[in-house]
Amino acid sequence: MNTQRAQHLFPALCVLLLAGTVTFLSFTREPADAFLFPRMVSVVMLGLAIWNFYRAASGLSKVGSGFTVDLIKTIAPGLIVLVLYVFFAAKYLGFYLSSLITFFVLFSLYDPASHKEPRVWVKRLVISVVFMLVIYALFTLLLKVQTPRGIFR
Amino acid sequence: MEFMQYFGGVFEPLSFALLVFGTVGGLILGATPGLSPTMAVALLIPFTFQLQPTQGLILLGAAYTATVAGGAVSAILLKIPGAPANIATALDGHEMAKKGQGTKALHVSFLASGVGGVIGVLLLIFLTPILAKWALAFGPPHLFWMAILGVTIIGSLDSKSFVKGLLSGCLGFWLSMIGYDDIQGAQRFIFTDALTGGVNVITALIGIFAIPQVIEMFAKGRKQVVVSAIKVEKQSLADSLKLLFQNIKALSIGTVIGSIVGLIPGVGGQIAGLVAYDQSKKFSKHSEKYGTGHPEGVIAAESANNAMVGPSLVPLLTLSIPGSPTAAVLLGGLLIHGIFPGSDLFENHPQVAWTFINSMLIGQVLMVIFGIWIASYAARVAQVPSAIMAACVMVLAVFGAYSVQQSMGDVYIMAALGIAMFFLEKFGFSAAPLVLGLILGPIAESNFIQGSMIANAQDGPLPYFLFGPLNIFLIALVVLSIAYSFVMSRRQVAQNVALQS
Repeated sequence: MNTQRAQHLFPALCVLLLAGTVTFLSFTREPADAFLFPRMVSVVMLGLAIWNFYRAASGLSKVGSGFTVDLIKTIAPGLIVLVLYVFFAAKYLGFYLSSLITFFVLFSLYDPASHKEPRVWVKRLVISVVFMLVIYALFTLLLKVQTPRGIFR
Repeated sequence: MEFMQYFGGVFEPLSFALLVFGTVGGLILGATPGLSPTMAVALLIPFTFQLQPTQGLILLGAAYTATVAGGAVSAILLKIPGAPANIATALDGHEMAKKGQGTKALHVSFLASGVGGVIGVLLLIFLTPILAKWALAFGPPHLFWMAILGVTIIGSLDSKSFVKGLLSGCLGFWLSMIGYDDIQGAQRFIFTDALTGGVNVITALIGIFAIPQVIEMFAKGRKQVVVSAIKVEKQSLADSLKLLFQNIKALSIGTVIGSIVGLIPGVGGQIAGLVAYDQSKKFSKHSEKYGTGHPEGVIAAESANNAMVGPSLVPLLTLSIPGSPTAAVLLGGLLIHGIFPGSDLFENHPQVAWTFINSMLIGQVLMVIFGIWIASYAARVAQVPSAIMAACVMVLAVFGAYSVQQSMGDVYIMAALGIAMFFLEKFGFSAAPLVLGLILGPIAESNFIQGSMIANAQDGPLPYFLFGPLNIFLIALVVLSIAYSFVMSRRQVAQNVALQS
């Protein structure tokens, strides 16, 4: 089995499992009237998911660039920061502190400028703070959005 | 000529200020490679919550129009199209800039965009009321089939694989069913507390369109991408105007093709620009000059991609069927203010509908003025490192998603959908049909339930949903859209096999 076929098999299997679960739940949950439309959709979805899985298994599914090891290595740090920010830091550290840290970390991770020059670090910090001030002006002062304060409660 | 009564609303101080802000902001965002018009409009929606519906729509409409045109700046000066709609513009626009005609290329690009855009919006003005009246004849079964048609057309035309396109549409339908059922109050597919209130459309739009682009920016890594913008000298606008009128044939071809393409759901600005460029080349006396910096190429491509904007809103405003992902985002902007497109919009909220449409007309003129004025500055924004852009978009997406209902659940859903969409896109799944399914799902379901109740009191569901001229016509369109896509995909496979052998 070549890499491309193996790569297409995984998402096809995930979608098939999801379609199977949705179909199972649609036909087993009550009240039946509330699941009438979901049943129709889930049957079509399951049919398409089986077709998609068959195409992936037989190597016919070729659309999409898939992933390379280099790509995964490049996006992994950013993805980890994204997940930590959204699912943990935003709630517990508060929106503004966690966003400031995330902005600074992401900027530093993917900035082509050298990590050895102190001037570059200062520039990154200043840009991060200025951006967060703009966000504060837009969301807290203009839109009056009350964001989670986390440790600053 | 009802629309003439509502021009005053566009010139109210706040409305006009938003129109100017949307236009200038859209031009700058459009010039930034990696920020698509759809994502720009999706990120702007949270800022419309505190505004009146008309003002919110004016802001979104202006941003939509200007981002499409703004993409020409980076296409011409950097050879990086700001959006897919500007791919054809880069072919001749950048060559013109290299020859020292950068200003001329920018001028004709914005002037052609303006002319195409005005004609497109006029088409929207004259076609919309006719279609909206026709839509009054639609009952629950027809609206059900229209919703299905919206998903199958986008699923078929917007995706490289029609199985994955339709599957994306089904996933969107499923997402729309999560939460409490409207009639019975039954829980459906609530796997976690965050899903109790269902998947909010705005939250989903922000996640699906913003997060994959953020991750794409991560994918560029720490590589130093040296992009130098070609410097532009001041040149006479009168000369550029003269040049535009000397190439009236390319302008006409671009405008007509853009307007027609815009009316077809699922066919975006990229197709409009490329088809117009190709046709203008075929009809030109100087076809050999195309690709070497010929203004006709820029004029045809830019007039087409902006002429597409107005007509792409016709199916949205009349039949509630968004013709493009950006139109789907605009629909989200309408729905959050409790306004449903279709005949209801023109009957009960004419001031909202017409002021919005008129603002798009005025927006075209502003887009030309500001475009010509700030084009060379906008190119500098295009050189902002992707690390900063990624961080900005991510933070904006989180704050935007939270501000929809002030709920952390929405932020989790936004991020989860965005990350999932990035992975799915890498395997050929498409965001547009998924979003359409999410938006049209409730319309399809409510009309299906309503239709079933009526049908049970009459001859039963089968004749009610399957018979009658309008039902048959709509079902035929659904089948045709799927069949067309299937045939095209088989042909593509055959071509690939032939090429490989």
